[in-house]
Amino acid sequence: MSKQTVLYDTHKAMGARLVPFGGWDMPLHYGSQLEEHHHVRRDAGMFDVSHMTVVDIKGAGVKALLRYLLANDVDKLKQPGKALYTCMLNEAGGVVDDLIVYYLDDQWYRLVVNAATTEKDLAWLEKRSASYDAAIKPRRDLAMIAVQGPNARAKALPLLSSELQQTGGELKPFNAVADGDWFLARTGYTGEDGFEIILPGDRAAEFWRQLHAAGVEPCGLGARDTLRLEAGMNLYGSDMDEESSPLESGLGWTIAWEPRERDFVGRSVLEQQRNDGRKRRFVGLVLTGRGVLRNHLKLFDGEKEVGEITSGGYAPTLERSIAFARVLPDTGETCDVEMRGKRVKAQLVKPPFVRNGKAVIDL
Amino acid sequence: MNTTPTDRRYAKSHEWIKDEGDGSYTIGITDHAQELLGDLVFVDLPEVGTQVEAGGDCAVVESVKAASDVYSPVTGEVIAINEALDGAPETINEDAYGSGWMFKVKLSGTGAMDDLLDADGYEAMIADED
Repeated sequence: MSKQTVLYDTHKAMGARLVPFGGWDMPLHYGSQLEEHHHVRRDAGMFDVSHMTVVDIKGAGVKALLRYLLANDVDKLKQPGKALYTCMLNEAGGVVDDLIVYYLDDQWYRLVVNAATTEKDLAWLEKRSASYDAAIKPRRDLAMIAVQGPNARAKALPLLSSELQQTGGELKPFNAVADGDWFLARTGYTGEDGFEIILPGDRAAEFWRQLHAAGVEPCGLGARDTLRLEAGMNLYGSDMDEESSPLESGLGWTIAWEPRERDFVGRSVLEQQRNDGRKRRFVGLVLTGRGVLRNHLKLFDGEKEVGEITSGGYAPTLERSIAFARVLPDTGETCDVEMRGKRVKAQLVKPPFVRNGKAVIDL
Repeated sequence: MNTTPTDRRYAKSHEWIKDEGDGSYTIGITDHAQELLGDLVFVDLPEVGTQVEAGGDCAVVESVKAASDVYSPVTGEVIAINEALDGAPETINEDAYGSGWMFKVKLSGTGAMDDLLDADGYEAMIADED
């Protein structure tokens, strides 16, 4: 039995096609996934992301705990509200989950974790926090709405409390401000400007309708996926998982190697892998031939298999198909994709593909 | 929601076929099929002159979600394809029974249409699916 967010009835009333995702019934689209994608690139769209879980961790030992459990270093976070993107690794260097961590004060950090991994993450955190002064509390009482697009901030701000209008108007990227249980972060998963807004669950439906009245269009998981793919952002479970390390998933930039004396889970394995010339590369692909790249398609150089697509699809902004792939280290500038029994040429590129509405790769 | 036209027949695999009365038959996918697929972004059609078999895959439609084979409802030879779909696959989303037609065939043999559903039969079938 799938779970439903507090916006479930609102989605149904707005004509959403609901599909199971990560244990939840979520909107795939509200009519046209392509139009929703373009709304976000050109104006403003909103996503119900209440299936993701807000986890508050409080106590005198929280910072030490998170410096041990996360591959990025929360010691970089000095200003209240400052955020960091990081992986949480297992001992083998595989990714347990990717998450955003916010510093609120010295004894309070907030994590936002994926829906499908929530129970696993909570068990992981509980088990490893036993010897720390740290209380882990999933905030099931909160909902989360992402408002994204070039006009997202201008349309969302007037609907917020006067305090959040003031502090939120000056918010820098990857920073957040709070007003009671309302939490406004300048983050997102689309490559566009905007907010992710955490709010009390019982206020979510009303706020969603206010956003809609202000000209923010509802968007589903379909558009969310094509937007994040164009923006070069990984999806947990497709682009990385417990079997692949951040170094093989294009996430080397999220590992804080300094200070060298900081021990974190997975560090020793990553140190070895870092200097291993045989490790696979994580690259972007642009299909030059006809068709659509899909997850798990195999890549070839002549007869030699050189890799596999981790997530692929159609890029509406570019009007062609793109993908992420994991390939052998010596793979050249092009490869062949095996699609439905045929070989089709693709070009290797460095993601992202699109930022702020514009292509950032040569086509 | 479009109503299912009664001037043609339907395959269980969600294609329609229409007798044009001049020896040619036009084939496309149903409105129900395009709705299930979502926004179409790519269509791969057979070449003119190709022999297609009843129940054989002969074209591909790809949406933002997935790729799907299109099966010929009848055996025959492809005599025309809708080239406009190449640059505008969304035509199928907008008008699956009209300008979103995919290809035309000339039938080999007779009686090949008998296994296909009429509009009421097709509607009953998709009602059962839901």
